[in-house]
Amino acid sequence: MSTQVQSTPTQKADDLRQFSGKSSGVELRDITKIFPTPEGTGETVAVNHINLSVADGELVTLLGPSGCGKTTTLRMISGFEYPSAGQILIGGRDVANVPPNKRGISMVFQSYALFPHLSIWENIAYGLKVQRLPKDEVIARTDAVIKLMQLEGMERRFPNQLSGGQQQRVALARAVVIEPSVLLFDEPLSNLDAKLREHMRDELRSIQKRLGITSVYVTHDQSEAMAISDRVVIMKDGNLMQVGTPQEIYEYPNCKFVANFIGKANFISGRFQGLEGESAIVKFGDGMRYLIPNPGAMEGLRFGNPCCMAFRPESVKLSDQGEGIPGVVKRATYFGSKIEYEVDIGSTVLTVEIYNPQLSRRYQEGDAVKAVLDLDCVRVLPEEALTIE
Amino acid sequence: MAVRRVKQKSDKPLTHNSGRNDFALLLQQPLLLLTIISIFVLLFIFVILPIFNVFKMGATNKDGAFSLQPFVDILSNPSYRQTFYNSMKLGLIVACVATALGYLFAFSITRTEMPGKRFFRTIATIPIISPPFILSLSIIFLFGRQGLITRGLLGIKNFDVYGLRSLVVVQAISFFPVAFLTLSGILESIDDSVEDAARSMGASRWHTFRTVTLPLSVPGIISAMLLVFIQSLEDFSNPAVIAGDFSTLSVEAYRIITGMYDLHAGSMMAIILLLPTVAAFLLQKYFLRKKSFVTVSGKPTQKRRKIHEKHIVVPLFLGCLLVSAIILLFYGTVLVGAFVKTWGINYTFTLSHFKFVYSMGWDAMKNSIILATWAAPIGGLLGMAIAFLTVRKRFLGRRVMEVASMLTFAIPGTVLGIGYVGTFNQKPLLLTGTAFILVAAFTFRNMPVAIESGSTTLLQIDKSIEEASTISGAGSGHTFRRITLPLLREAFFSGLVYAFVRAMTAVSAIIFLVSPRWPLATSKIFSLFEASKYSDAAAYVMIMIVVILVAIGIINGLVKFFLRPRAKAPRREEVERAILAQGGECP
Repeated sequence: MSTQVQSTPTQKADDLRQFSGKSSGVELRDITKIFPTPEGTGETVAVNHINLSVADGELVTLLGPSGCGKTTTLRMISGFEYPSAGQILIGGRDVANVPPNKRGISMVFQSYALFPHLSIWENIAYGLKVQRLPKDEVIARTDAVIKLMQLEGMERRFPNQLSGGQQQRVALARAVVIEPSVLLFDEPLSNLDAKLREHMRDELRSIQKRLGITSVYVTHDQSEAMAISDRVVIMKDGNLMQVGTPQEIYEYPNCKFVANFIGKANFISGRFQGLEGESAIVKFGDGMRYLIPNPGAMEGLRFGNPCCMAFRPESVKLSDQGEGIPGVVKRATYFGSKIEYEVDIGSTVLTVEIYNPQLSRRYQEGDAVKAVLDLDCVRVLPEEALTIE
Repeated sequence: MAVRRVKQKSDKPLTHNSGRNDFALLLQQPLLLLTIISIFVLLFIFVILPIFNVFKMGATNKDGAFSLQPFVDILSNPSYRQTFYNSMKLGLIVACVATALGYLFAFSITRTEMPGKRFFRTIATIPIISPPFILSLSIIFLFGRQGLITRGLLGIKNFDVYGLRSLVVVQAISFFPVAFLTLSGILESIDDSVEDAARSMGASRWHTFRTVTLPLSVPGIISAMLLVFIQSLEDFSNPAVIAGDFSTLSVEAYRIITGMYDLHAGSMMAIILLLPTVAAFLLQKYFLRKKSFVTVSGKPTQKRRKIHEKHIVVPLFLGCLLVSAIILLFYGTVLVGAFVKTWGINYTFTLSHFKFVYSMGWDAMKNSIILATWAAPIGGLLGMAIAFLTVRKRFLGRRVMEVASMLTFAIPGTVLGIGYVGTFNQKPLLLTGTAFILVAAFTFRNMPVAIESGSTTLLQIDKSIEEASTISGAGSGHTFRRITLPLLREAFFSGLVYAFVRAMTAVSAIIFLVSPRWPLATSKIFSLFEASKYSDAAAYVMIMIVVILVAIGIINGLVKFFLRPRAKAPRREEVERAILAQGGECP
């Protein structure tokens, strides 16, 4: 794993540090999970030989389409599922025979799973009471978390008397008050509406950073993953596709699936013709050769292999004169902050995003244009069939 | 960039071994494991073993050797064959009538804007909690030889109230609540928008009912009919007192054992009774499983106007009213009967029957209350625990526990009673004559209702609520006490009430088990019946109703007191003191 943890946690006040006193890293070693199919006739591999190491204090997001095994992986860390093979280490200790309630971890659930019959205060204090701590300690620690989560005045309410965002904060408060070694998030924001989701996302991230608790976060929302993570893990069909910082994943995807799953991507097929210094030489159908100065890792690519140039919609400019790939505007969609064009270049249709459309020339459907690539932003990826969901 | 490629390692075959993991994790939770094992042991001793013994006794002769002679005897005896046909016929007729009544009530209450829904709902629950014999008693009061209607109003002298007709009336009223509850559950789960869709395409109300609502409720109708059929076959108290010459299986088994002292033939009779009830029970499970849940969506749909057209609502309302009037008449008759000198002859007010009951039957009433007070919490808690284990936990034999614990619902009380007599009258399980065996019979016979309502509620509660408790550090026992049980309080309450009422009112299961040391209220009523002391029986039944209502009130209070949600949080001063005590500073 070549990635460095990039987050430099903002200043951690000592009184907040108490919540991460027991925080520790998590390591998954060759984890596999096999489920019997519902008909009982066969087996499906939900998670396929995954290796992952989460450093102490880091927030790692498991991201992928539904059915990719991300939730199963999370539930194996929590202890609600058991790996069919492999080892899970929390703080260096193998937890194979440790039941969920003895793992010293916490989880924030998709549905919050607040106890509907207990007051907010009792919800939050629950884990401390389970440990049979002295009453004063329970009260003091619960109060500290209530202040941290800005839930003062809600102590006597029941969960159904709170708004969605407040319920979310109670769920988080309940999870951090026991000073978990690892904090697990199972799509915690998916029940909120779009505006609140963004707000809670930022709040959650800032709290996690301030507390510094090791966190594993599952989501299928790529923008959420980008905004919140130290590192992102892209999963597909039980396999780990790529691990890296949001920036690495977005700028240097290692395969077409990742490029397409995180943000939008255009692909132009060609053939790999070798290297010239740092640059890759790619030949296209019309015989044109491109020199790609910053092609990425290009894992497994050999001379003559089919490959593709991948680039983001925002790294293309449109022009009606000069150099560029000729094409015809198929559709123009106005979004306010940007205009999205679909440009047919013959072999494929490119998506082009022009930001701040007030400053640039507008094209109509049917206009002939030239697509100008910023070659610095182009990556070369192995060709593969892509099924779009 | 670290990337793992898709690689299926062929040298390391993968096997699904979560089963082994389940067991390993169970070993980490000794309390949970112990609970599971204890429940298995209890189910084996008090459910499986007695049933096995009924079969054993039925298939052996007096010397203990294997013999099918009792079976052959019963088959070759025309009067026994008649008994079998009688029971089937009664069961089928009652199933049809009770289900029709249940559908009338369920449809009117769930799908129309009929007035007085609460009243009709209450009427439909009265027969569930009422003591046995009460309807038989009032049909004798109304239609017997001294009957108010037959003799008093119509002047008929020799009207024969005993027989199939009376049984059908009495059982239909007794068991239509079962059909009502099943059907209203099903009808409520049918999404209104399905009916709206049919209406929007131009279908009339009648056409919509015939092509949409009725077909969607067919699984419920079949299931209700099967449940009523089982109840009718199991019923002992009504046929025992008003069947006359119309013999039924449960009563005949009792007569063979107590009158002819033939435990083997009686057991064989019990087996013949058991087979159709178990078959009906399994069929019912099958039909309910096939029930489509597609129309049940968690989203709250917009409240919409139900059927309100006068020409539909008025006839339905009148129908419900008529049935309610009959039910009230029946119960009212017994109430009056308890307070008059001699029914049919002297209608002056008297308390002498209550005095009589108090002088001769109070011990039995006290015994019933004591035993029911033991059986209810044991059965209720055990029921919730079994529901929790079978719905939420994974362990070897989970299905076995599920089936074994629900089985007693399909086992007629008479059969269970015979099984208990055969199982617990010798060492090492010598329990006959003790209160313990009665409590055990009540507990295991009435538990299925608690399990059923517990399981249904649990399936509707998000599993992650309990997982949240687990991940906060709580073990299974703590999670069950602090989270699951409070969330199940409604189901727990109904389980407790049902267990208590059924223990108070049980007849068939205890008729073989009562001993001089522990006489029970229902057996006292039965003997009053046999001595034709109807007004005394009526007084006894009335006292029983009061006891049951008071008990329900107390149970309700207790469940509320212990399990009601309370908004607890420490006071400001407490918080400040605690923070100071922890060495912190107060703002």
